[in-house]
Amino acid sequence: MNFDFSDDEKLVRDQIARLLADRCPTSVVRQVLEGEAAYAKDVWTGLIEMGLTATCIPEAYGGVAAGYLTLCLVAEQLGAHLAPTPFSSSVYFATEALLEFGTDAQKQRWLPRLASGELIGTLAVVESGNELTADSVQLIANNGRLSGSKLVVPDGNIADVAIVLARDTGVGLSLYLADLRTDSVTRERVETVDPTRDSARLAFADCEADVLGSPGAGWNHLERLYDRAAVLIAFEQLGGAQSALDMAVAYAKERFAFGRPIGSFQALKHMMADMYVALKLAESNCYYAAWTLATNADDLPLAAATARVSATQAYQLCSRDNIQVHGGMGFTWEFDCHLYYRRSNYLTLQLGGLTSWENKLVDALPRDEAAA
Amino acid sequence: MDFNDTREESTYRAEARAWLDENAPQHLLEPLSSSTFGGMNTGAEDPLEASKRWQLKKAEAGWACLQWPREYGGRGATPIQSVIWNQEEGVYAKLSGTFIIGQGMCGPTMMAYASETQKQRYLPKLASGEEVWCQLFSEPHSGSDLAGLRTRAEKDGDEWVVNGQKIWTSGADHSDYGILITRTDPTIAKHKGLTMFFVDMKSPGIDIRPIKQINGQSGFNEVYFDNVRLADEQRLGEVGEGWSVSITTLMNERLAIGGGISTGFPEIKELVDALPLGVGKAIDNQAVRSKLADWYAKAAGLRNTAARSISALSKGETPGPENSIGKLVAGTIMQDIAKFAMDLQGFGAVLTDPEVAEGAARFQAMLLRSPAVRIEGGTDQILRNIIAERVLGLPADLRADKGLPFDEIPTGN
Repeated sequence: MNFDFSDDEKLVRDQIARLLADRCPTSVVRQVLEGEAAYAKDVWTGLIEMGLTATCIPEAYGGVAAGYLTLCLVAEQLGAHLAPTPFSSSVYFATEALLEFGTDAQKQRWLPRLASGELIGTLAVVESGNELTADSVQLIANNGRLSGSKLVVPDGNIADVAIVLARDTGVGLSLYLADLRTDSVTRERVETVDPTRDSARLAFADCEADVLGSPGAGWNHLERLYDRAAVLIAFEQLGGAQSALDMAVAYAKERFAFGRPIGSFQALKHMMADMYVALKLAESNCYYAAWTLATNADDLPLAAATARVSATQAYQLCSRDNIQVHGGMGFTWEFDCHLYYRRSNYLTLQLGGLTSWENKLVDALPRDEAAA
Repeated sequence: MDFNDTREESTYRAEARAWLDENAPQHLLEPLSSSTFGGMNTGAEDPLEASKRWQLKKAEAGWACLQWPREYGGRGATPIQSVIWNQEEGVYAKLSGTFIIGQGMCGPTMMAYASETQKQRYLPKLASGEEVWCQLFSEPHSGSDLAGLRTRAEKDGDEWVVNGQKIWTSGADHSDYGILITRTDPTIAKHKGLTMFFVDMKSPGIDIRPIKQINGQSGFNEVYFDNVRLADEQRLGEVGEGWSVSITTLMNERLAIGGGISTGFPEIKELVDALPLGVGKAIDNQAVRSKLADWYAKAAGLRNTAARSISALSKGETPGPENSIGKLVAGTIMQDIAKFAMDLQGFGAVLTDPEVAEGAARFQAMLLRSPAVRIEGGTDQILRNIIAERVLGLPADLRADKGLPFDEIPTGN
């Protein structure tokens, strides 16, 4: 048995860790939080130059085919450094959707430019403040033209192309690929709990689009896409949880109260021990899910939901209690604690909330048929 | 990543499996499998005799204490081979419970500190289960604070005279020998005045009394020492070095990997699949589903963490500190699962008779045994301290007894 990443995969991880330590300190994250820029361009350029947007794209489409285990470690580092880039939108969603469901012509047309970072892609799904269901989708596709709007689209202000979930006249839900660089798409910036990630409301007014995958199979395609993206987002959550825990531990060693480091108090030690436990459980589940993603194993849906649930729990706990360890200072804008708290809550909801993933997990468990 | 055995591992697994197919006590498979938590069911056979018979059979074929050297009754196996054996032995490993402390903790301590003659005399019989060993560490006044123990050993000529009381000694009532930590000098700092011995449990002056637990069973004992005389040859390590000897013992606490650690998840899953609740089954209820998902994610996390440790062993590396989380996570899950399973069943779940209660009263057994999981072998709180200090590197707590001679430490009574 070898349940670990290879030396080559770890080498890529270390390279990207160095890149992000250099180009993406929290001061850069704060520029996006507080400024007008939708993302950190210098960080994004660095990721592109390292070829990371091409990680899982076959060479025939301009990629490097380095595999999903590598991509998982990239995701972990992006999460750890709170990278304010459209990486997840472009790579886990748009690129993955094309790889999974695109025709050869669609792949030829779009993948090389997504691989090179020339284009940014995203996924436009959510239309309301209710948990997403197949019945609730109202954006219409009619004769290859989209009409309607999406309430919150990650990187919607900067994306060039979007995968859009639409109600296709007569056939049910389908995925469509829409070029957003047109007058028939209106973008509006929206405020979210995590302003370090760009978010937009998109309105489509008879926008030309190209069906992606089987017409009518949109919901199944989305679930498949979500399962795969869940593993990658879980790695981002894992990285963020680790950073939040590291921050809490470092502060608890430095900060004195009652004449001693606060980290010597059991009340805080036990809090941080619980953060560590949650993190380790999530890490092991993420590793397993990474393997199912890389090998396209049958139990990917269960492994992905398991990784997603435990990584969500871990990041929620670590980012929340990192603030608690910092006391009042943790509630100030100046300290970085809220950056992790914001990102953890954003990522918790990005693929649907924890409850929806708990349900996916239970649905994926083998059921005792004799009892049913 | 690759979840398959290496070629060598798969050969070893096949060898273990072939021997088990031929030799395992298959008539015990069913009763052992239906054992409720905290108890072992060996059908019509006496549990201790059944355990000893299986252990001896394994030892004669070289499948006992796999990692020990051959001359002491082992097989000279690698850690990963030992894990493979544990996986293959499966449910029959329940029969090894009697020997875990002796073989997992006393044996390695004897290996490190006993004389060659003593090792030749004691270790093979410990491996074969012909002699059972226990560990005499905890005391009524020193559980988590083990180094605060009070049992005295005083030098008298060439001998030592022991007086005091030990508690929570698993299996003392059927043990032949034990390793015993004592205080030999109460006038110096508490960690420095300790000395380790091994002791014949049939020695005059030893009185063993089983402790009745909250679940009605008696797996632990109190052991009283009244002028028990030990030869100086029974000393393990130097006088005053007992604390570092005890660390050897505790470091050898068996890695709970390969065999897996119980959480109660399969049991609750089986229950909620079948149990009616509202218009459907319990598993269709959102509150049930959320809890189930949480427990599954944690149980899977433990399983995958164990797999990482096994992977490290397979590569000849030492498993990382993540392995320390197992008992901490499993104990609480099990206690929560027991409570929730009974909650779903309503007032009928107060019944504890296996003939009447749902699922042979296994959740009731779990409810009444699981509190101990959170205490034995290191309380949840001590485990959190260990993670915080040794893994996260947080500073040690301030101590009221630091630097004080043992006999000046406040005791509260």
